[in-house]
Amino acid sequence: MLHTFVALVENKPGVLTRVASLFRRLNINITSLTVGESERSGVSRMTIVAEAAVDRAHRIMASLYKLENVLEVDDVGRHSAVVRELAIVKVAAGPKTRAHLFELAKVFHARIVDLAPESLMLEITGGASKIEGLVQVLVESDYQILEMARTGRMAMRRGQHTSRVLDALREVPATSESTLAGKPKHMALGKVATEDHA
Amino acid sequence: MNTSDNANHADLAIYSHPTRLTGAETLWATLVGEGVRDVFGYPGGAILPAYDALRKFPLRHILVRHEQGAAHMADGYARASGRVGVAVSTSGPGATNMVTGIANAMMDSIPMVCITGQVSSAVLGTDAFQEVDITGITLPITKHNYLIHRAEDIAPALREAFLIAKSGRPGPVLIDITKNAQQASAIFDFAAAAPAAYRPHPMLRADANSIRDAAELLRTAKRPVILAGHGILQSNAMEQVRALAERMQIPVACTLLGLGGFPASHPLNLGMMGMHGESWVNQAIQQSDLLIACGMRFDDRVTGSLATYALQAKKIHIEIDPSEIGKNVPVDVALIGDLKEVLEVLLPALPKIKSSEWLQSIDAMKGDAAVRDIQNLPDDGHLYAAHVMHDLWHATGGNAIIATDVGQHQMWEAQYYKHEHPRTLITSGGLGTMGFALPAAIGAKIACPDKEVWVIAGDGGFQMTSPELATIAQEKIKVNIAVINNGYLGMVRQWQERFYDKNYECTPLLSPDFVKLADAHSIAGVTARKRPEGVAAIESARKHDGAFLIDFRVEQEDSVYPMVPAGAALHEMIRRPKSDPPKTNQRRNPLVETASDV
Repeated sequence: MLHTFVALVENKPGVLTRVASLFRRLNINITSLTVGESERSGVSRMTIVAEAAVDRAHRIMASLYKLENVLEVDDVGRHSAVVRELAIVKVAAGPKTRAHLFELAKVFHARIVDLAPESLMLEITGGASKIEGLVQVLVESDYQILEMARTGRMAMRRGQHTSRVLDALREVPATSESTLAGKPKHMALGKVATEDHA
Repeated sequence: MNTSDNANHADLAIYSHPTRLTGAETLWATLVGEGVRDVFGYPGGAILPAYDALRKFPLRHILVRHEQGAAHMADGYARASGRVGVAVSTSGPGATNMVTGIANAMMDSIPMVCITGQVSSAVLGTDAFQEVDITGITLPITKHNYLIHRAEDIAPALREAFLIAKSGRPGPVLIDITKNAQQASAIFDFAAAAPAAYRPHPMLRADANSIRDAAELLRTAKRPVILAGHGILQSNAMEQVRALAERMQIPVACTLLGLGGFPASHPLNLGMMGMHGESWVNQAIQQSDLLIACGMRFDDRVTGSLATYALQAKKIHIEIDPSEIGKNVPVDVALIGDLKEVLEVLLPALPKIKSSEWLQSIDAMKGDAAVRDIQNLPDDGHLYAAHVMHDLWHATGGNAIIATDVGQHQMWEAQYYKHEHPRTLITSGGLGTMGFALPAAIGAKIACPDKEVWVIAGDGGFQMTSPELATIAQEKIKVNIAVINNGYLGMVRQWQERFYDKNYECTPLLSPDFVKLADAHSIAGVTARKRPEGVAAIESARKHDGAFLIDFRVEQEDSVYPMVPAGAALHEMIRRPKSDPPKTNQRRNPLVETASDV
C-alpha cells in the first residue's frame, strides 16, 4: 500500500540524504518526497509517500526517529488529512485547439498560466487522482504533452491536531543528563524531550 | 607512550574559565572533559594539527598499525568497560580503513566515537589529496555523524557525540574535522558545549497495560524460556534477569553476545541458543509456550527458519529499539524501553514459583548429549580445539576476558568457555569480522589493565590484523594469544564439507610460523601439538610477564556441532557424531604439517 508520512526534520545539510538513505536501506521505493520550510525556523517539513506492505509503517516510523535530525514523524495516511499536489503541464496547442483546453481547465479547476503561439501551460492543484484525471483526458483527446512537472504530495492532518514536538519546543527542557549542563543552545531543536508517543 | 608524564600539563582552569584554544586543543580538551583517558589512533596529514597538540593533555595514545585496528581496539575497550571507546585517524585512507571497525560496532551496538581528520574546508569537495567523503560513506553504519569545519563547533559536536554514542541503543558516532578547523582558534567553554537533555525515542512504550499483559502471560505459561541478549549487558540488567529467572524458575538461553549476562554455572542456565547452540537449548525454544526476549533482536543465527520458529510460543519482547519490534518475529507483548527499568516494574507483578516440570523435561532432552560431547571423550593423542577451550577455561577459572575472532574457534569458545561474568566475552556477533580478536583484546586490556586477557583467533583471522603484534610490543601490552591453527579457513571448510560436496576451494591456508612471527616482535611463544603440551603452554603464558603466543596445531578437519543448517528449522540440527571424532586420516590440507606428522 501507499504510506504517507510527514516528518519534521532539522534544516541542515545532509538531512535529506539521511532520510532517503534510510528508505534505500529498507529496500522501499519512495513514490514522492517533498521538502520545504515549516512554520518553525530551522525546521523543514517532509512529506514522504512510499509503497510498502501495510505492516511496515511501524518500522519505518521507528527507524526515522532513530535519525538524530528527525524531530517528529506522523503517519498521516492513517488519519483524515488534506493531501495536495501541484502539477504544471505544457501542452502543444495552436489558436485552433486552445478553446477546448480552456474548457478542460475550467472543468478541472486548472489555470492557464502561460500562453505561447504553439503551446500553453496548465497549472493544477489537487489530489493525485484529479491530476491524473486531467492528464488522462489530455492524452485521450490526442493532445501532445510537451512537459510536465509534479511536486509530489504534501499532506496535513485536518482539524486541531498540532505537532507534539512543536508544543514541546515551547517548553524549556526539564533535565539534562550531564552534570555540567549549560544552556542548550547548540542543536537545541534535536534535543527536546517529547511526551510519550501514543 | 605518553601517559603519566603528560598529566601535569593538563590545565584544569580551562574547564572552569572559558579559554581561547585551537580546534586541535579543543578536541583533546573535550575528550579529557568527557572522562576519556585512552585513545587509539594513527596520525596523518589532515589530523596533524591535532597530534601536534596531543602531548599537552593527559591522554594515553596507543599507536596502531592499521586504522581498522584502532576502531576494533576502541570497540574492545568499550565492550570490556562499558565506557565510550575513542579512535582517531587521518582523512582518506585512514578514514576508510576504519569503516569495517565502525560497521562492526554499529551491528553490535557498541558506544564509540571515531574522529577523522579532513582536508581544509577551502578544498572540500575538490578531490584534494587524501580527501574522501567519510560522512557519506559511514552514514548507514553510524548512529550519527558530523562534518565539522569551524573550531567553535568541535566541543559541542563532540559532547553531543558522546551522549548519542552511549544513550538509548548505543552505537558509533563519527566526527570528521577539517584541518582548518583544527588550526583555527575559538573560545573553549566546556559547560556551554553540553548537549541538550537526551531525547528518548518517542516510541518507547512500556505502560501499565503492557506490563499487565506480560505478567499475565508469564503467570499462565507452562514452558517459558528467557532469551538473554546483549541488551542485558548494555542495560546492566544482570540482577533483574536473574531475579526474573529465579522468581519463576524460568530457564535462560543466551545469544552469543548475551553470554556472561547470566552466569554459566547457574542451574537455570541452558547455554547458547541458535545455529551452534546445544540441542536441548534449541529444542526447549521450539517446544516453549512463552519466550521472554530480553535485549535481543531475533537474528537469523538464533532463529533458523522463521516459518518454523517457536510456533507454539507467545512472545514478550523487551527491547530498547522500537524498530526491532516485530522485525523478524511477530510478538504478543512489546515492552519497549530500557531492560533494567522494564524488569524492575514487571518483577513485583510476578508470583514466586518453586519448581517446574518444564525444567525436568528439558533435562530429559539432554539425553545422550553428554555422550556425544568431545569433552567427555578420552585423550586420543589428537588435539581438538574444544579441548583447548576447556583447558583455557579451567586454567583461568572462567575469569579471564576472552576476545574471539570469527569462525569455528569462536563457536567452540562459546560452547566450552563458561562465562560467569558480563563483559568477559568480546566477540564480533552481527558483522562477523575476521581480524577482530587481536585488536579488540588490546582495547580490552587497556580498559581493564588488571584483568587477564586472552585472544583466541583462527589461523585465518589472526593474519588479517596480526601487524598489531607490533602495537603490543611497542605499548608493552600483556595479552595472551591462542591461535587455533587448523590450516584451513575452518568454518568455510565445514560448509564446503556439508553443503559443497567437500570441494575445499581456497580454504587451505599456508601460514607463517606464528611462534617465529611472535619472536620477530620480541613476543614469547610456543607451539602445542598435544593436549598436555597445550595445558603446559597455557600455564607458561599466564606466568609470563609480557605478551605470549601459543600456536595450537589442532585437528584440521574438525567441525562445530551441533549445527542448524542455514534456513533449516531450529530443531533440525546436525548432532555431534556419537564417537570417533574426525581425525586427519582422510583428505587433508596438503599445505600444512599436521600433529601426526611430527
